[in-house]
Amino acid sequence: MENKTLSLDDQFQERIDRGENIEAKDWMPEKYRKTHIRQISQHGHSEIIGMLPEGNWISRAPSLRRKVALLAKVQDEAGHGLYLYSAAETLGISRDELMEQLNSGKAKYSSIFNYPTVSWADMGAVGWLVDGAAIINQVMLTKTSYGPYARAMVRICKEESFHQRQGYEIMLSLCNGAGVQKAMAQDALNRWWWPSIMMFGPRDEESPNTEQSMKWKIKKKTNDELRQQFVDQTVPQAEILGLSIPDKDLKWNEERGHYDFGIIDWEEFWNVVKGNGLMNEKRLKDRNAAWDEGQWVRNAALAYSEKQVERKAKKIA
Amino acid sequence: MNKEWPIWEVFIRSKNGLEHRHCGSLHAADAEMAIQNARDVYTRRQEGVSVWVVESKNITASNPTKNGEMFEPAADKVYRHPTFYVLPDEIKHM
Repeated sequence: MENKTLSLDDQFQERIDRGENIEAKDWMPEKYRKTHIRQISQHGHSEIIGMLPEGNWISRAPSLRRKVALLAKVQDEAGHGLYLYSAAETLGISRDELMEQLNSGKAKYSSIFNYPTVSWADMGAVGWLVDGAAIINQVMLTKTSYGPYARAMVRICKEESFHQRQGYEIMLSLCNGAGVQKAMAQDALNRWWWPSIMMFGPRDEESPNTEQSMKWKIKKKTNDELRQQFVDQTVPQAEILGLSIPDKDLKWNEERGHYDFGIIDWEEFWNVVKGNGLMNEKRLKDRNAAWDEGQWVRNAALAYSEKQVERKAKKIA
Repeated sequence: MNKEWPIWEVFIRSKNGLEHRHCGSLHAADAEMAIQNARDVYTRRQEGVSVWVVESKNITASNPTKNGEMFEPAADKVYRHPTFYVLPDEIKHM
């Protein structure tokens, strides 16, 4: 019975090392709980805020086919936000607290959504690149150690692949269209490429949480590994479109078996994270308006259900 | 004062002949709304033919710190498994 001499932290680490999943009511180090609340809620907030740049284009989609696809995608994102919030709530934070953190600006969400979607081609580029990058991260997270998070990821990954395909199809149509349409696609790629590869976060040596996250199997791959995977899979996709990726240092490295790519502008990255992106202010303003304007609906629904319960009780009495 | 809608656990039967399985949770003001929300959140791609919802506070769960006394006694009762019984190889279909 060697286990008795181990601290709770060590026993926990042993469970992780054995590949066990941790479930909601299991003992866990406070830092594991806090890290998960932060990461899962940021992930959920990204889904919710992620609806805004696309919702912007639903009424202006160029065909009914594109419109139903975009509507379905945005509806999925609402669903994904809910799966993630539910997973976060298993760790003892309430939905209202989560909303308060988002609406007050205290919580972060993916900085990618602080860039504007200025043309229809952006719907293509966002689906192809932003969802493509998200999928790489999320596929990894289906194997994460916290059970409720991993299960939410499995569900999300199943639904997400259509998001990327519909985006790529938009790009393909534009690239097979008139010169001005192809130019729109190229312009969208130019604007979304760098922010997309920033989505994987800071370089490994500047990512202080990576080591602990790997140890707890929250992450199974580092930011740089995931970023490389994204670049390697996306370059050939751009070639099929006949578009050029806006990076003069991008080239195949035979020796590494990977693409080399240029240096990311981390100053821009941190600037957007800190709230100085083009859309930070508008996103939060829209989010707060949606929450405040929905308050009477939430109150009315609750009042109605309370009244139903009272009526039932009176009938019985 | 603004109050949060209660949490409900959602169980979906994916097709007749299979059991309902827990698939997640959601917030709703009452049971009827929980069913509606479950339909929108968990069956957007024909994942189900039947939905159960139960308010989370009504579920009683076993305590994982008591897992030893709860589940380990079954571990030394191997005689509950068919492979415990040694029979000659010629015996078929048993």
